Amino acid sequence: MDLAEIARRLELEDLYAAYAACLDSDALEAWPDFFTDDCHYRVTSAENYETGLPLGLIYASSKDMLRDRISALRQANIYEPQRYRHLISGIRPRPHPNPPPQAGEGTRKHPPPQAGKGGVGVDPESLAVEANFLVIRTMQDGAMIVFAAGRYVDRMVRGDAGWRFASKIVVLDSRHIDTLLAIPL
Amino acid sequence: MAVETLAWPNEGNARVPYRVFADPDIHRAELDRIFLGPTWQYLALDNELPEPGDYKTTFVGETPVIVTRSADGDIHAMVNRCVHRGNLVCLKQRGHSDDGLTCVYHSWRYDLAGNLTSVAFRRGVGGKGGMPEDFRIEEHGLKKLRTDRFAGLVFGTLSPEAPPLSDYIGNMIGARIGRVMRGRPKILGTTSQILHNNWKLYLENVKDTYHASLLHTFFTTFRLNRLTSKGGVAIAEGGAHHASYSFGGERGDDRSSDRAYSDIHSLHEDYRLRDPRFLDAVDEIGDGVTLQILSVFPNFVLQQIHNSLALRLVLPKGPDETELQWTYFGFEDDNPAMTERRLQQANLVGPAGYVSMEDGAVGGFVQRAIQGGEGERDCSRIEMGGFGHESQEGRATEASVRGFWHTWRGLMGL
Repeated sequence: MDLAEIARRLELEDLYAAYAACLDSDALEAWPDFFTDDCHYRVTSAENYETGLPLGLIYASSKDMLRDRISALRQANIYEPQRYRHLISGIRPRPHPNPPPQAGEGTRKHPPPQAGKGGVGVDPESLAVEANFLVIRTMQDGAMIVFAAGRYVDRMVRGDAGWRFASKIVVLDSRHIDTLLAIPL
Repeated sequence: MAVETLAWPNEGNARVPYRVFADPDIHRAELDRIFLGPTWQYLALDNELPEPGDYKTTFVGETPVIVTRSADGDIHAMVNRCVHRGNLVCLKQRGHSDDGLTCVYHSWRYDLAGNLTSVAFRRGVGGKGGMPEDFRIEEHGLKKLRTDRFAGLVFGTLSPEAPPLSDYIGNMIGARIGRVMRGRPKILGTTSQILHNNWKLYLENVKDTYHASLLHTFFTTFRLNRLTSKGGVAIAEGGAHHASYSFGGERGDDRSSDRAYSDIHSLHEDYRLRDPRFLDAVDEIGDGVTLQILSVFPNFVLQQIHNSLALRLVLPKGPDETELQWTYFGFEDDNPAMTERRLQQANLVGPAGYVSMEDGAVGGFVQRAIQGGEGERDCSRIEMGGFGHESQEGRATEASVRGFWHTWRGLMGL
């Protein structure tokens, strides 16, 4: 592994750590900034994803749609105070940079890269990455559950401000959502 | 406490004792009298099991059920419980089998219609053991449901007393199902929500035309749907089923409508979407109805919110938990733009829906609030629009909620 590859891995670790911290610390207004302007973001279940069903529980095709999500959460939607704790691990190049055809996945401007030998991609400006996540949800009364587990199927591009998600598909292992999904994953 | 000791308040359907949402005895009785009683329950989309041998598993109330497509092309449904020792015959949510169904426990086999076809070691080994000579396999099939189809939807019942499905649904509600189910449905995806409340609290919510623009402030804020827009609620005779509907907002009356909502928390005058493309709806049915929420007693819901179409199945899981299953669909002849539109508008509904996430929580809030509320006078007041359950021209009414209770009480003998 060369130094550039090590540096890229550290950058990705930082990116996911910052992403988790943003959602877990209620800095939701900053969340859309992790994405490109014409991003695709979708939350779905493994069952839908693996059978090629395009549904998203949250389905956005621009950064502004992500901003609208957050302003609706702040101003329109009603839900109990709660917080998440994201544990993100196993950040790795996607074994199949082009998973089963998925509706609306990301931008067309950045063709998905090929996974390099032992590296996270050969194109220094565009990466296809997968990562595991576990989200513990804690309600205001202290009740705590494993709210979500699964993997991120991501494509990110490097812009002036560093890595941004051009596409993020949140693939939940379970089809069950306890009560509601308000804060994004 | 025995069900029969519950004294129903004198106000009739306009009062519901909170006990009915929490009492385990009432819950057991309603599994028997309602879910296994003379009602029809949604099982599948007709084209969800296209090939002979395809099957899925689901529930009638809390009773596990298998739905199959047999070689003759018919849909069958039977209780997913081996007649031998009660094991689940099908373990998977969906699958395909070319040689019938086999119970894993002792390899008893059934055909796709649920008839028992063989018993492993039926004659024993070396003349010892085995089933008695007079055991007749043709007398021991899986317990079968009657099934019937309506507008591409398959329903089933375990009761011989249930009327024919089309009579059960009736012409008025049938026509409102038909206006949505216009083509061959194509499933876009599924999800389910675990609700920490009794199943009836979700059904009340579905039938409650009064709450939508008050609880779901997203609706009101963007003038998507308000009580001041034209609409009404169609209620089946006897109150069992309903369809609430509203027409697109008349832009001209926004000001008077804003005034009507001005004292209500749900209006945020200055809130605008930055990317409203997901609200880009078309009048695909052509009758101007932008929202129709329909229920078939006891636990089926068909939703049209603009171009977002979904089936919802409300499954009880004990007295204080419910699984709400969503099946989002379009039609096979949708073009890519229409599919994208439905996917965008799916943001409105489901567990993360702009106008439905509150419904996942509010039942749980009620369930928590009624703890310790089992006294004789502890009951809800369902009196908006009076005491009856006839169809209404407006939606500031709880008539269809009373209709639900009218049917429920009849079946429960309360």
